Amino acid sequence: MSAASPLERSRGRSAWLFLAPMLLVLALVAAWPLGRTIWFSLTNATLVDLSSYDMIGLGNYLAYEDGRWYGIFTDPQWLRALWNTLVFAAVSVSLETVLGVMIALIVNANLPGRGLMRAAMLVPWAIPTVVSAKIWAWMLNDQFGIVNAMLFGAGLVEGPIAWLGGSDLAMASIIAVDVWKTTPFVALLVLAALQTLPREIYEAARVDGIHPVRVFFQVTLPLIKPALAVAVIFRLLDAMRMFDLVYVMTGSNEETMTLSVFARQALVSFQDVGYGSAASSGLFLIIALVTVIYIMALKPLGEGRQS
Amino acid sequence: MNSRLAKTAGLTALWLLVACFLLFPFYYAVVSSLRAGSEIFEASLWPADPGLANYRQVMIDQPFARNILNSLMVACAVVVLSLGLAVFAAYAFGRTRFRGRRLLLYTILGVSMFPQVAVLSGLFEIVRLFGLYNNLLSLIFSYMIFTLPFTVWVMTSFMRELPVEIEEAAIMDGAGPWTIVTRIFLPLLAPALVTTGLLAFIAAWNEFLFALSFTLTNEQRTVPVAIALITGASQFELPWGNIMAASVIVTVPLIALVLVFQRRLVAGLTAGAVKG
Repeated sequence: MSAASPLERSRGRSAWLFLAPMLLVLALVAAWPLGRTIWFSLTNATLVDLSSYDMIGLGNYLAYEDGRWYGIFTDPQWLRALWNTLVFAAVSVSLETVLGVMIALIVNANLPGRGLMRAAMLVPWAIPTVVSAKIWAWMLNDQFGIVNAMLFGAGLVEGPIAWLGGSDLAMASIIAVDVWKTTPFVALLVLAALQTLPREIYEAARVDGIHPVRVFFQVTLPLIKPALAVAVIFRLLDAMRMFDLVYVMTGSNEETMTLSVFARQALVSFQDVGYGSAASSGLFLIIALVTVIYIMALKPLGEGRQS
Repeated sequence: MNSRLAKTAGLTALWLLVACFLLFPFYYAVVSSLRAGSEIFEASLWPADPGLANYRQVMIDQPFARNILNSLMVACAVVVLSLGLAVFAAYAFGRTRFRGRRLLLYTILGVSMFPQVAVLSGLFEIVRLFGLYNNLLSLIFSYMIFTLPFTVWVMTSFMRELPVEIEEAAIMDGAGPWTIVTRIFLPLLAPALVTTGLLAFIAAWNEFLFALSFTLTNEQRTVPVAIALITGASQFELPWGNIMAASVIVTVPLIALVLVFQRRLVAGLTAGAVKG
């Protein structure tokens, strides 16, 4: 409104100078490689020699030739990977959100040792994903795993179960491990939001004799919704690009393969940079689309918050 | 009074159940790592005859000490670089107004949402161009894509909270922006740097996809890749004892760090998310 103060002017001059190195690195490590990936997706480049290739248009995505369809959009393995990714993301994020809120509520209740509980919640988050994948693969081992031994000991199963044997059970196991690993993260974010809520509301609700479940749905949930929305989008985007857990637990098994595993396999194992780049760009587009839809769906909420 | 007691007891039981579920896998990894030889195949909850044979073996079978050193070097370099770049960027974002500031900040947040495979072929080309394949520098470089956005984001939210009076006083005394950031803000931001640095360290320490793709030989591998690729005599005979020992070795320091800095870590994690 008024003329810039000396403070404003001094700051303004240096702003871009201070931003430049960071922006340069991000351009080099993110923007440029992304552009190149999209470019390669229109070519038949191979990993052996990235400098010589022909432009083949959209052939890696979708093409019709000699009475047959080609490209990732008609590749049953890619479609299966897309389905796996969506199932994994939808189920794991839903479970993590519901369980995360429940755990946050338990921890938020005034019990002795709340600090200890918060420490315990950080442990699965701190364990490297590859390590947790290996530990769970060992626990779920069909012959020597502790899970089968416990179930057998309790008389719940007759014989060993092949948890990672490549079926719906393998996907369920992977989802369970992801839920174990990241529910605490959601719970921590929700807990932080819960601790900013004013106590008076709860006092009032208790005096009025309102049932705790109703208090949760009508008071707590609306108040923590913004924090929950942020946690869910972080988790959703993370789940859609899932790579390490699936790769370590079931390798490139088609029945659990995600889009990231598919793309890397095409790109590195099969050396087909064109096809792999098309698969990567496809994943990028899908994630961008999900983000846009999510933000659009949340917009009314954000506006309500500002008023 | 009685119902209240029952409620507390119920909550405590739930509390313990959740804690067991969270901690059991790591406990079981420790137990398994202490079982030598064929004892590993007995699925019991404690080791009958605990020993460190698996720990010795994992160091002999492969250059695991080297792998740990690689991970340490990469993670430390990533922390220093991304913090150095982020502090100055955070000053620009947090303390100045310029056109397109919000848009730029959200674009950077968008970068942290990139699926890593989406830049894999482009990065491969750059890594080859500079002759960095199978070199740790390729990892330090490529890890910037996920550490830089969130260090910038978190540092910006910490930078905003510094009182404006300090900065005004410094300008009155003739200090330029460089002096303000390096001499005045940096010491004040030390706790924030520890938090953000730790988050970046953990992210770099745990990264798998780039490390798997840009390294080739066992000597250049980082810890997650080394553990993922431990193989036995045949594909179906994984040396589980070694794998569990390796897992425990790389996880214990992380858990120690996390427990020591838990309050700050939670503050950093939520600063990045809640204030966004």
